[in-house]
Amino acid sequence: MSKKEWPLWEVFIRSKQGLSHKHAGSLRAPDAEMAINNARDVYTRRSEGVSIWVVPSNEIVASDPSDSEELFEPSQTKVYRHPTFYDVPDGISHM
Amino acid sequence: MKEINITELERKFQEKIDNDIKIEPNDWMPEEYRQTLIRQISQHAHSEIVGQLPEGNWVTRAPNLRRKAVLLAKIQDEAGHGLYLYSAVETLGADREQTMDDLHSGKAKYSSIFNYPALTWADMGMIGWLVDGAAIMNQVPLCRCSYGPYARAMVRVCKEESFHQRQGYEIVTQLAQGTPEQKAMAQESLDRWWWPALMMFGPSDKDSKHTAQSMKWKIKRHTNDELRQQFVDVTVPQAELIGLKVPDADLKFNEATGHYDFGDINWDEFWQVVAGHGPCNKERVAARKRAKEEGMWVREAANAYAEKRAKRKAS
Ligand SMILES: [Fe+2]
Ligand SMILES: [Fe+2]
Repeated sequence: MSKKEWPLWEVFIRSKQGLSHKHAGSLRAPDAEMAINNARDVYTRRSEGVSIWVVPSNEIVASDPSDSEELFEPSQTKVYRHPTFYDVPDGISHM
Repeated sequence: MKEINITELERKFQEKIDNDIKIEPNDWMPEEYRQTLIRQISQHAHSEIVGQLPEGNWVTRAPNLRRKAVLLAKIQDEAGHGLYLYSAVETLGADREQTMDDLHSGKAKYSSIFNYPALTWADMGMIGWLVDGAAIMNQVPLCRCSYGPYARAMVRVCKEESFHQRQGYEIVTQLAQGTPEQKAMAQESLDRWWWPALMMFGPSDKDSKHTAQSMKWKIKRHTNDELRQQFVDVTVPQAELIGLKVPDADLKFNEATGHYDFGDINWDEFWQVVAGHGPCNKERVAARKRAKEEGMWVREAANAYAEKRAKRKAS
């Protein structure tokens, strides 16, 4: 008897039309179809979703936490990318 | 990876914790933090799964269709809770299969409460009211646990948990306001479950070896005794309201502290049950083992089917 574990899947759920899919969690299932069926039972028992994506966990490519300084710190010094950086004269609206 | 020494990593790690920044799976963490979480989350997962057993026993004997549907929904939720938690354990690098085998071999523990039998229908109410009630008290602070995947699982669990307690209290209330026989059944059930429910919060603070470190790591936010006291304070008035008597001769509201004083817990019994000598320990673990062994062919068949389909797709 083989002891092969079912592969791991990441589950993404769109909670309602107009919103994007959001990571809900993960689960194990033998194939994509079963992964969707299981995701329905595990993550949408209270109508939390209208659409499900499942992705094999080993297909996800993630940024390395030890690179996070190089990746994300440069944007912290670029405050001029936010509207609040700019002074708008009093009396100006619609801007 | 850059050369950083362990003390520096540990300092940065604790700094994140102190600043309430969550730890995520790929972040550096001390080995002991990882092991503590693996132990705690897997025990929690096992408790959800084993917790289905006493209730599963009553599905076919629920007094009516509404109660049966509710009980099924609750049991299904508990299975879900177990699954969220096993996934969280896996994010720590633990092997899922091994995690479950540790339950089967007796190496891993689960909540001692599920080693008590559910003898009457009133027990279905009592479990929801007291056992899920105590679980909620434990789990709400865990929503703020420092480990991200555990905290997120707890948010989902807590949302689902509150109906469990309410349906239980509803069952108990209805019995307590029913015929003398029904009321006696509710009281007898409370008499049996009260003390084991208080034991759910774990050993008293002076005997709890992990508490201090777990609090420093913000895995735990309150001590066992604090949570137990909180449980007694909210639950006693709920019992009084429906005319049931909490089986504790020393129970008394203390005006000075604003809390209930209560009697001594039988810690011998607690440690006996933890050590595997409770009324149902053997039965519970045997049921889990049987579920794995007898369900193995389903897992195998699903694997074979998936492989066959993948081959057909490829050709
Ligand atoms: Fe639960
Ligand atoms: Fe529950």
